[in-house]
Amino acid sequence: MKSSVITFPGSNCDRDMDVALKKFGFKNKMVWHQDVELPKSDLVVLPGGFSYGDYLRCGSMASKSKIMQSVINFANSGGMVMGICNGFQILVEAGLVPGVLLRNKYLEFICKNVFVKINNKDNAYFKNINNNVLELHIAHNEGNYFCTSDQLKEIEDNAQVAINYCDQSGEIKDTFNPNGSVNNIAGIFNKEKNVLGMMPHPERMIDPYLSGEDGSLFLKNLINNLK
Amino acid sequence: MKISVIITLKKDVLDPQGKVIHQALDGMGFNDVNEVRQGKYFEIDAKETDPKKAKDKVEEMCKKLLANLVIENYKIIDA
Repeated sequence: MKSSVITFPGSNCDRDMDVALKKFGFKNKMVWHQDVELPKSDLVVLPGGFSYGDYLRCGSMASKSKIMQSVINFANSGGMVMGICNGFQILVEAGLVPGVLLRNKYLEFICKNVFVKINNKDNAYFKNINNNVLELHIAHNEGNYFCTSDQLKEIEDNAQVAINYCDQSGEIKDTFNPNGSVNNIAGIFNKEKNVLGMMPHPERMIDPYLSGEDGSLFLKNLINNLK
Repeated sequence: MKISVIITLKKDVLDPQGKVIHQALDGMGFNDVNEVRQGKYFEIDAKETDPKKAKDKVEEMCKKLLANLVIENYKIIDA
């Protein structure tokens, strides 16, 4: 399986993602944002970080960079595109997934482990995964998912919510909402479910000695689904 | 030709920064404030000299980059 990780100026989780993808068997290539063509890929990842210093709005400049036209075409033709953290912000600014990510409700940068409940397994990202709840890491200042009530209805009608913030047992309550996101939304799909944007970082949870291994579960399952 | 743009958050969108500024003002003794909403201001010096054309271009810029229309409104003003 071939993957590509796009590096924007200010990306800082691109190499972590490279290490994680390779660990589970992807042949990964790093792609510079000024490149025009994507290498042949089964999965394209927009990594976390602070592309363009978060100027204007997080992800807004990166969403207009040269490579993004190819990423958008790839996504529109059914290609798997995953945006993590800043990558999620880039996806919303590119219009590949609905909504926006606002400043965290209590204005603090949040860096901690959270639990997320998988809301929809009928897609290539979560199909066949045994767990219903994953422990993943978040680190962001603008992760407060927001959309209009009309959009929310559409998103829910199309089962586009991927994961919600919850507790260890999978209970979704406002108490477990770290950043003020609408309905505890931590990640969403596009309509076709080939594009996934999420705030948590699976690539940070791939080593039993450093963290947990729920990121390993997700990535192992993902590569098996793509085979 | 100089054109200014003001970007404001739409009414329903939470503005935590505005809220904190409001609280700070309150703490300083400015107690007669109902609400504070924070926005962005741009000054654009366009090469176009025709005012109508220049404004149209800036409007396109607002729609494509300067504002995110899900959460923000823009207002174009002659400088």
